[in-house]
Amino acid sequence: MKKTYAHPESLIKVQTKYCAGCGHGVVHRIIAELVDEMGLREKSIITNPVGCAIWADLYFDFDSVQPAHGRTPAAASAVKRILNDHLVICYQGDGDLAAIGTAETVHAANRGERFTTVFINNAIYGMTGGQMAPTTLVHQKAATAPLGRDPEFPAGMGYPIKVLEMLATLQGTTYLARGATDTAAHVRQLKTYIRTAFEAQMSGYGSTMVEVLSPCPTNWGVSPVQAADMVAEKLIPYYPLGEIKNTLPDNFLQRTKGGAQ
Amino acid sequence: MKRGKITIDSERCKGCYLCVRACPRHILAAGTSVNSTGIFPAVFAEKPETDTGTCIACGSCYVVCPDTAIEVYELEGDEL
Amino acid sequence: MKGNEAIAESAIRAGCGAYFGYPITPQNELIAWMACHMAEHDRIFIQAESELAAINMVYGAASTGIRAMTSSSSPGISLKQEGISYAAGADLPCVYINMVRGGPGLGSIAPAQSDYFQSTRGGGHGDYHVLVLAPKSVQEAADLTYIAFDLADKWRMPAMILGDGLIGQMMESVALPEYKEQASLPVKSEWSVGQMEQTHRKPHHITSIILDPEELERKVRARYERYKKIEAEEIRFEENGCEGADIVLIAYGSAARVCQGAQQLAAEQGLKVGLFRPITLWPFPYTELERISGSGKPMLVVEMSMGQLIEDVRLSVHDRVPVSLLPHAGGVIPTEEEIFERIRQIVNGGIQ
Repeated sequence: MKKTYAHPESLIKVQTKYCAGCGHGVVHRIIAELVDEMGLREKSIITNPVGCAIWADLYFDFDSVQPAHGRTPAAASAVKRILNDHLVICYQGDGDLAAIGTAETVHAANRGERFTTVFINNAIYGMTGGQMAPTTLVHQKAATAPLGRDPEFPAGMGYPIKVLEMLATLQGTTYLARGATDTAAHVRQLKTYIRTAFEAQMSGYGSTMVEVLSPCPTNWGVSPVQAADMVAEKLIPYYPLGEIKNTLPDNFLQRTKGGAQ
Repeated sequence: MKRGKITIDSERCKGCYLCVRACPRHILAAGTSVNSTGIFPAVFAEKPETDTGTCIACGSCYVVCPDTAIEVYELEGDEL
Repeated sequence: MKGNEAIAESAIRAGCGAYFGYPITPQNELIAWMACHMAEHDRIFIQAESELAAINMVYGAASTGIRAMTSSSSPGISLKQEGISYAAGADLPCVYINMVRGGPGLGSIAPAQSDYFQSTRGGGHGDYHVLVLAPKSVQEAADLTYIAFDLADKWRMPAMILGDGLIGQMMESVALPEYKEQASLPVKSEWSVGQMEQTHRKPHHITSIILDPEELERKVRARYERYKKIEAEEIRFEENGCEGADIVLIAYGSAARVCQGAQQLAAEQGLKVGLFRPITLWPFPYTELERISGSGKPMLVVEMSMGQLIEDVRLSVHDRVPVSLLPHAGGVIPTEEEIFERIRQIVNGGIQ
């Protein structure tokens, strides 16, 4: 028999601290598979955020830099400009990217920085125990919105932010795609989006970002299977999947396939 | 049609059962014995007596597993 | 050259490979110089979206082993404190420049020394220190910037130049240091990120998080052992006329320049006035000041702040001698006459 799917080399074989059913594990594996397939393990650097993925450096067999909350794109900008032949992955959650780090996110995108952002959107703050995130849905309950997110005043909690659609207005952005981890089909599709973004980066294009709709069973208060169902029922209708912006040359992936050996 | 089998690392499995949900042949299930952390890991549970109760090495379980606890094998030659 | 420009050019010559900044008066000439000249030397320049972004770009850059720098003035330096704490906690060498202005808040754009506590007590959260170098002239600003990079690399920590708006803006002649070749810069591949393929080494992780309290304590204590070595090796100061003086002035930076004028006024009147000028504010020359207090003569601390430097002076002399304060705030610079008048009062009447 032949092994057709196995543990990628770039992913360290330990049990992760992530909760059962968390999307981080799936995305970590996809990234490791791509790093292996592209032969970039010794030329990859991840800048990992404050948030659940503070632990990411424990799970990848390559270098990492962990900056202050929200400043991940700033650190990644510097790392990529200096080590511009490396694959630089700016890995962030919804608080890091769309709350405290919004300015860094917008300006790195606007400058067309050439690292790839992998944005894990679980519509809640995970590590700190389930507070409202910029991407929390209206009426969704959270530790700091116990009656549900209410955009009306006097609560004035605002509306969930569609980050990719917002960044698409910036001329510096080249490839912005949104995927999900709730089904096998979506995971496979997500991998092609991240693959495109990584290949674009290595071909000198910027900026690139892949948003991942991810379940958070613990803070949504449901089982992992229920959380996966909720991604489809609740998140995908509001945050549409697909390539939100793609100004890469036509058939970009096919053309780079040869170089990916 | 491919024929396959999978192995599950029962210590790294966290019992999320996303693989059970994803398997198109419904041949994965929540196990009945605990691992060392008190979790009931998912188990490979083919039903060879049925038409569609065998593994086809599609990899859906591997693809959705957040813990990369699954390895998928394709059976070849005499194994089939 | 203007102080701001001399600092920038000196940094380039010291091999600064990456500069990230944000405009703020009174250091805008520094970022402008970098914008013009970094590209000439194939170095990296980004005008960041904020001082927060700039210090975190420094963090990322320093992780790769490159010599990285940012600059700002008081309100912007406050913004940077989190990033500086992270850099200290991750043992990253980097250099930053504070051209102090009147505060608190938005304050004024005139020179001040009111960031002394912020600079010498770490500044951000947590137990740590940064090297603090305080020039008094454009020449010294260039010289200290040049060695700040060496000290930061040697000790793996942030190093800062504590200047003020006067030093930044005034023009004086300066002999600039030699260009350092990139190949002569210290190698940091033992801990820096990038280029794993050169040695096929294990991954390096630049991080400041250690959740286990005992382990974090060990790390912090080890850092403080390093700080002890720094205190033994890196103290710099200047003393002039302290031997046999009737009174000793203690001041740094621009305040010390004015004190020099007060010394001359005093000499014309037959008074012997000494001046002790710390150059490293951290590590502070506690022992040297203690030695000077052995004369039993009073001290007068002249600072463009409301009583910050004086605390370290009193820590040095253990109230063995009377220590008076001549403070200023808001960007007001003391005058020689004012200092001299105060000297006379103290020497003649003992008025505090």
